[in-house]
Amino acid sequence: MDAYTGRVLHVDLGRRKSQVEVLEPAFLQKYLGGVGLATRLLIDNGEPGCDPLGEENAVAIAVGALAGTMVPCGGKHAMAAKSPLTGFIGDSLSGSYWSNALRRAGYDAMVIKGKAANPTYVFVDNEYTLFRDAEALWGQESFATEEAIRAEIGDSRVRVSCIGVAGEKLVPYACVSNDRGRQAGRTGMGAVWGSKNLKAIAVRGTQPVSVAELEELNKLSLDLGERAQGLATAKYRVTGTVGNVLTLNRLGLLPTRNFQNSVLESAEQVSGEYLQSHFKEKAVACSGCPIACEQVVRVREGSYEGARVSVDYETLYALGPCCGIDSLPGIIKAAELCDRYGLDTISTGVTIAWAMECYEKGILTESDTDGLELNFGNHEASVALIERIALREGIGDLLAQGTKRASEKVGQGSEKFAMQSKGLELPGYEPRGLKTYALGLAVGTRGACHNRSLAYEPDMKGQVDRLKAEKGRGQIAAESEDLAATLDSMMFCKFIRGCFEDYHEEATEFYRLATGLDLSAEGLKEAGERICNLKKHFNVREGWEKKDDWLPARILEEPLPDGSGQGTTLVAEELRLMIDDYYEARGWTEDGLIPAEQLAKLGLEDLS
Amino acid sequence: MTKEFIVCDPNKCVGCELCELACAIEKAELLDITRTRIFSIRVEPSLMMSVTCRMCESPTCVASCPRDALSQDEETGVIHVDEDECVGCGWCVEACEFGVIIEDAGKATVEICDLCAGRKVPACVEYCPKDALTLSTPVQIGQQTRKEVLGELLAELIEA
Repeated sequence: MDAYTGRVLHVDLGRRKSQVEVLEPAFLQKYLGGVGLATRLLIDNGEPGCDPLGEENAVAIAVGALAGTMVPCGGKHAMAAKSPLTGFIGDSLSGSYWSNALRRAGYDAMVIKGKAANPTYVFVDNEYTLFRDAEALWGQESFATEEAIRAEIGDSRVRVSCIGVAGEKLVPYACVSNDRGRQAGRTGMGAVWGSKNLKAIAVRGTQPVSVAELEELNKLSLDLGERAQGLATAKYRVTGTVGNVLTLNRLGLLPTRNFQNSVLESAEQVSGEYLQSHFKEKAVACSGCPIACEQVVRVREGSYEGARVSVDYETLYALGPCCGIDSLPGIIKAAELCDRYGLDTISTGVTIAWAMECYEKGILTESDTDGLELNFGNHEASVALIERIALREGIGDLLAQGTKRASEKVGQGSEKFAMQSKGLELPGYEPRGLKTYALGLAVGTRGACHNRSLAYEPDMKGQVDRLKAEKGRGQIAAESEDLAATLDSMMFCKFIRGCFEDYHEEATEFYRLATGLDLSAEGLKEAGERICNLKKHFNVREGWEKKDDWLPARILEEPLPDGSGQGTTLVAEELRLMIDDYYEARGWTEDGLIPAEQLAKLGLEDLS
Repeated sequence: MTKEFIVCDPNKCVGCELCELACAIEKAELLDITRTRIFSIRVEPSLMMSVTCRMCESPTCVASCPRDALSQDEETGVIHVDEDECVGCGWCVEACEFGVIIEDAGKATVEICDLCAGRKVPACVEYCPKDALTLSTPVQIGQQTRKEVLGELLAELIEA
């Protein structure tokens, strides 16, 4: 087989055993790799109805068909498990070198089950899989863990994926970090690792990767690499995604002070441009990436001097404007702490924003907050909270549960401004002013997410009236999810998608040249639909109900506060209309369930 | 002699490692990273560059070879490996001050960057998406550095 190795490494942490499962080409082609393959492996290997932090939950990690090759932006990996934050599918991607190592070690995917008796790390050393003691690593932050493992093995090219303290402490929005600063950030995969006493997976992969047509693939890759230096990626290359701050602020779509405002008066101070000129150290890349969007920034003076981290837009939004914070040093320090402890920056920031609103409304007082004054804009408080969350100390133990559970506990109307859907905190675009996107957030299988649905695109590009909720948006949202699913399974980074003239045609050409398997553009589209249905199937299996597809009360009950769309509402009836339209577009029942014939149509009859 | 070699500008390098694959494809016709003759290194989250043979004057690798299997081309500075003589003992690997000599386990010989002899532009230079890699002579490197220093000075003057 070319590109694919056709092998899955199954690891049983409790029994300290591993074994290899062989996958057929037809199976691989059906689920592509990445999110598609990981989701299928999760469905097959995780216990239905399991406790996400119990031994029966499985973690499936899959690379894409193009990992280990020179195809630009094709080397990410996807991780899937039942999420401890949402109780539904948790799937998270990370840009990586780790993925290449796994492919070169001879695997397309890994499935991890059981629970180790003691803190353990798994070392995949090409054909050997070793279980190693991680007692000394327990309690260490992610960077240090990577370095310690490389030193112990004595090979600087060993790639490491690991959790920080937050994962060990089972914070349900803990992330998994790899390659010094990349994260599988959302839905709490780090807590699942922690529950299994799994500190890290180190991989040494040095075997050659075969591709069907090396010369042609090389030519096409060079060409795509060149296109990646053009206008389509200018934003990512020049300022990184943080360039969004001023754009969104201008449109009145920058969620501010826990979505109480949609414009931040002092946005200039937290803009991507300001970050560039005052804090940027360097733009760096993930493996095989000709774009290099990652902005490494450093605080050069003041009380946070020396804080250094990569900052993207979502991190900046959540730890900045959403908390009313307009101090970049404060945001950088907070982001650095999240990375060190291994916390998802979006969920962390939005949870802190919720706590700040509770504090300002008198729902939480200083006796609840360990004496911290949680006013919006107080970056010292947010920095102090992050450590407490990671260690689950004091108020941190409440906030470590995320906005959904924390607000259910605190009550007093705080549920209405818990900015989450299915338990996952909202990303940094104002849904009241982007209605197709709002639909995408509501129906998203992993909760409120801007990466699994690209429905903000037609809104932002003016292809639809972004302030209007109408029939037809269901189809748009469904198609955008299908597209995202193919990118997340081919494992093409979303930032290169603008470099394709015809994405489906060109992506399948890469796929064909790499794997030798025949996949048509139509086939790729259908795979996207199949994978979205697969994720939905998992959720239904885990108890999903129609009411779970919904948005926070604040979005539905309060008009858009600022900007050009000021006064716009997204009322419950409008959202209901769009959701029903979406179910119809998907071929699902009125209750949002997948009919058996729909599963069969997509080749998933074994699941009905 | 002209003595060009492959130079990496660490300010431009983003650490993507595509140069390693480009080299392996060119030299081994395989996506096999153990066969690359250029090495991407990342010391810090923002400190990275690629390094390969620098065609040293009086190269220590040549001097260290107990079988005289290595010789330097007087014209280009490229180190030639006599595959009949080389037994892959690794003395040169140790002697190289830049750590850029690899052993090919299959053939039991060593391999060193030869600037893609026969190719107009070395594969890694062609592949580098950020133009961080260039083929330069020590004279050109000096000129470039002097220009950059002046540029920085000017920027400081304008700021002051």
